[in-house]
Amino acid sequence: MRRPGRDDAPDRLYTLTGGRSRSGPDSPFDLVTLVVAESDATPGMQSEHAAILRLAQAPTAVVEVAAELGLPVSITKILLSDLLATGRVSARHPRNSVLPDPDILEQVLVGLRNL
Amino acid sequence: MDSAISDVRTPLGATADNGLKIVVVGGFGVGKTTMVRSVSEIRPLNTEETMTRAGETVDDISEIRGKTATTVAFDFGRITLDARNVLYLFGAPGQERFWFLWDRLFSGTLGAVVLVDTRRIDDSWYAIDRLERHGTPFIVACNDFGGARHAHRDVREALDLDPQVPLLDCDARSRESSKQVLITLVQHIKNRYAGQTAPAVASPREFV
Repeated sequence: MRRPGRDDAPDRLYTLTGGRSRSGPDSPFDLVTLVVAESDATPGMQSEHAAILRLAQAPTAVVEVAAELGLPVSITKILLSDLLATGRVSARHPRNSVLPDPDILEQVLVGLRNL
Repeated sequence: MDSAISDVRTPLGATADNGLKIVVVGGFGVGKTTMVRSVSEIRPLNTEETMTRAGETVDDISEIRGKTATTVAFDFGRITLDARNVLYLFGAPGQERFWFLWDRLFSGTLGAVVLVDTRRIDDSWYAIDRLERHGTPFIVACNDFGGARHAHRDVREALDLDPQVPLLDCDARSRESSKQVLITLVQHIKNRYAGQTAPAVASPREFV
């Protein structure tokens, strides 16, 4: 299995993000934010950006993108921020609050019982 | 890099819009990945996060070179609950360094399952202490490794478990059993928050 960040030289991660490595505390992306491609990959696009657009044809969680690309989560968030800023992806953020919504909890219970 | 993208993916439905998190915490070999696999609709995937010793994700690439950064791996599976809600189930190592990443990765998590091997109960102590300090709702599930069943009273005592925390036996290989574990957790979360305006802040336990 690929072990990004372990097998890869840090230089590769550096190149991928243009030297940025902070997705920032203000990063809009949660691990389970669902990302949806809003455009197709275009020739000449950075290959990781193109791969994300192909993956996210259907809603795809940030953590799934990271796993499929074989990249650490923080690096993946930077790549996703680029795509979000240019409107190439949209993001469906989890409806979290400090306290879990009782309605959501009930929906989770129903969903689990139906498994 | 393209080879890392598996050909066999099960895409979510187009209306999915709310990702939820539950974390299965436990020591090495306790069956976290087995439990994730038994209920997941996808083959469990593995990914990593890198952080500095200070507990932040890497903000200076030179820190990776300087080996002051460390990497934590975790795997996860997915359960589509309905047209909108998708539950992600994370298997996370309970070791000390992992907890630096808890807030970063698992803020907003519904709750946690502490998976226990009763032959190595002490492995779970640290995880339970951290979850209590974080105020994260959790239950304890003893994975059945075929040995003698331990009386729940003994397990509770060994873990110094709050009487309100559910404790159950499970077989992580069984989809039905793992499903029951998750249902028990979500029911516990519901009960805990019902009629309560703020999450209970667990009183810190003393280390001895």
